[in-house]
Amino acid sequence: MLRYTIRRLAQLVLVVFVLSMLLFGWLRMLPGGPVSALLGDRATPEARAQLESQLGLDQPIWVQYGKFLLRAFTGDFGTSTGVERGAPALEVFLTRFPATIELSLFALLLAVAVGIPLGYLAARRRGGWWDNISITWSLVGVAVPVFFLAFLLKFVFAVQLGVLPASGRQDTGIQATHVTGFYILDGLLTREWDASWNAFVHLILPAIALSTIPFAVIFRITRAAVLDVLDEDYVRTARAKGLSAMVIRGRHVLHNAMLPVVTTIGLQTGALLAGAVLTERVFNIAGIGQAVAVGFERKDFPVLQVVILAAAMVYVLVNLLVDLSYALIDPRLRAR
Amino acid sequence: MRAPSRPLRSTSVRRRTAVVGFTCALAVAAAGCAESQRGEGGGEGGSLTFGAAGAPDLFDPFYASDGETFRVTRQIMEGLVGFKEGTADVEPELAERWEHSPDGKTWTFHLRQGVKFHDGTDFNGEAVCKNFERWYDQTGAGQNNALSYYWIENFGGFSDGAKPSLYASCESPDATTATVHLTRATSKFPDLLGLPSFSMQSPTAMERYKANDVRAVGDSFAYPEYASAHPTGTGPFKFASYDSGNAAIRLERNDEYWGEKAKLNDLTFRIIPDETTRKQELESGGIDAYDFPNAADLKALRDAGNKVEVRDPFNIMYLGITQKNNPALRDLRVRQALAHAVDRENLVKANLPEGAEVAKEFYPDTVDGYADDVQQYPHDPARAKQLLAEAGASDLTLNFYWPAEVTRPYMPDPQGIFNALAEDLREAGITVNAVSKPWNGGYIDDVDNARADVFLLGWTGDYNTPDNFIGTFFGTPDNRFYTAASPWGEQLATELRTADAEPDDARREALYQEVNRKLLSDYLPAVPLSHSPPAIVVSERVQGLVPSPLTAEEFAGVSVTG
Repeated sequence: MLRYTIRRLAQLVLVVFVLSMLLFGWLRMLPGGPVSALLGDRATPEARAQLESQLGLDQPIWVQYGKFLLRAFTGDFGTSTGVERGAPALEVFLTRFPATIELSLFALLLAVAVGIPLGYLAARRRGGWWDNISITWSLVGVAVPVFFLAFLLKFVFAVQLGVLPASGRQDTGIQATHVTGFYILDGLLTREWDASWNAFVHLILPAIALSTIPFAVIFRITRAAVLDVLDEDYVRTARAKGLSAMVIRGRHVLHNAMLPVVTTIGLQTGALLAGAVLTERVFNIAGIGQAVAVGFERKDFPVLQVVILAAAMVYVLVNLLVDLSYALIDPRLRAR
Repeated sequence: MRAPSRPLRSTSVRRRTAVVGFTCALAVAAAGCAESQRGEGGGEGGSLTFGAAGAPDLFDPFYASDGETFRVTRQIMEGLVGFKEGTADVEPELAERWEHSPDGKTWTFHLRQGVKFHDGTDFNGEAVCKNFERWYDQTGAGQNNALSYYWIENFGGFSDGAKPSLYASCESPDATTATVHLTRATSKFPDLLGLPSFSMQSPTAMERYKANDVRAVGDSFAYPEYASAHPTGTGPFKFASYDSGNAAIRLERNDEYWGEKAKLNDLTFRIIPDETTRKQELESGGIDAYDFPNAADLKALRDAGNKVEVRDPFNIMYLGITQKNNPALRDLRVRQALAHAVDRENLVKANLPEGAEVAKEFYPDTVDGYADDVQQYPHDPARAKQLLAEAGASDLTLNFYWPAEVTRPYMPDPQGIFNALAEDLREAGITVNAVSKPWNGGYIDDVDNARADVFLLGWTGDYNTPDNFIGTFFGTPDNRFYTAASPWGEQLATELRTADAEPDDARREALYQEVNRKLLSDYLPAVPLSHSPPAIVVSERVQGLVPSPLTAEEFAGVSVTG
């Protein structure tokens, strides 16, 4: 188990290293660049040349990459040139990451809390009206683009009805104290209940929008997995043994059906991060998705590098955790 | 089997307790939401939240050249001179009055008394000179165009003497006087001191928070603490906080302000890059005003009871011509053919917002030196064809660059504008090769390096002098227009310098009128297209916002009701 974890972590290092190289080269191959973004429509050829040499952009790319790598080992990933000019790129990432985590976690919780029970129920009543409605619903969930749903939700609940806020993470008038950057948690820690509540209210619409795709996927996988398990011999045996329905459902059906579901949840982190880019844009949440969008617009290489590498790391780590959690669910895997 | 099941049970119990705890916390939070308006309504003026389209680069305006930085620092800081509300005309601000020597090189500013910076230190002649010296003494990264753009553009070089500087020295004979010596006369002075970059900042605060400590780090710049958290000026609002996690900048009223105190208690700028989101936030009451509305939304916004303030146009959009690559473009007749080919009347009607005007010259008629009798180029495809034929360029092919993924105040819809103009050029028999690149994804690069034949670009004026427009465009012959390819390129640059250096107002005015006439008749280095007024939207709750042609609105006189 430990060796397995170490091997996977070593893989992670390799993935990040290779990705950093590709990313570094690819970003610099894009037309335009930080110099145009910094100087804008007021640039003169002379000023451009001066800036390029000052920032070392006129050096060969492997020299630039080598310098980047050396600095990265000391924890210096450069300074933002566009998203938050002058702030260390790592800091830009760290101040924005909680927003994305909060949103993604919330959306995932919502998807799991709704998707698993619905999937289980649909499988139990296969072919019934409940099953049919749920399947149609989950299809709609996958088919409707996240940003469209986000716009729709915002228009109805924020603009028309005015019951929920249209954008942002918290009302600015609240002047909440920030400790961790997770706004709901911060309010609980500092006992500013209203701040927590306000942050929670701001999360509702974006979380619903973001949760639709993972919800639909989790629902479908749960349904299929439960259907599979229901046909297994051991379930029939358990029934024959006269175990109570509760025990059969809990210990035998649901427990065994969870394996593919947990894998799916792990894989959905990628979808969540991708969906967060759009959701954050529509709801104006200053998370890493927005940082990537603005970063591309303004060619903010340092921020893009940190954010994309970190997102890749999170993805790999979450999937490692998922694999490790198999052991918890399925004791047979623990032996290996 | 028992052994593993026990720890499993206990974790699930612990998890349940955590869930119960969290639910309780939520319930308490729900109960507490009734009093969630804490920290507001402390004063009579209320709070205003403004929807800004982008994050400020930093809060030290000297190192900035972006509008969102200036929008914030303008409320916190003041210059020796300011702009009369709602105009681009200079008026006294921290200097009550000033006079200059006959040669235009020595300027004496008589300062307002009893003014204090937000850190409690005095604003006086010494502080003025310290600010000038700070600008002039920049070294290393501080001399970079990306940081000290406005200094370089207006004053030229720094104290290291590598390049000539307009600034010579400053002295303060007494607390209420500051004398600034220049190396030559220029029409820009003292108007340029009204630029936010030349705001007076507290020397004490700048020293304490190491305001000059900008460094090139890796492939970007690092700023000192001063620029991110401690901007200190004399203005009606004080900097309170910048919460980047929540994308909000908070300013508070300066109760020690020397003039009429701000009506608002506090002023918040929320950064909302998406235009639709800004509009929806205004509709749902999340913000009270915002900038850069979509021209298509103006009617709906008005119908909903909001006020749409259309600023006087103080910009220019032009069809740029690069003479470097296509030799045909060095022929005046070909450039004149382009001017006759484009239908500017129709462009203004069909593609630009209300209040837009056809541009006859390279700046609006409110700027000095505007000539009423310049050569006109009415829409006339037949005449365009004839001129092309005379020049032997009937089979003219042009690479026409237009920017994607951007709108500018002078260019609200680049694609629509490009389509209209390209159609006009085709009608005159010109073959158009469309080249479109994202603004920061190659467009500016290519245009600045003179890779286009014709291109769309423009300019928003910084202050009310001709040099700020045509001096910037045509003062350097080897820039994006590449007038160096024509025999008159250097001559035009010289004429612009001569006009700018003329200290006598009437004579300078005449010189600029002459330049404008020749620009349109003899040179025509580009085709002026239009002046578009950028609008700003405020909800009906907001009173007293005066739109500024410089997009330099001040919030001190604004109040919010309800």
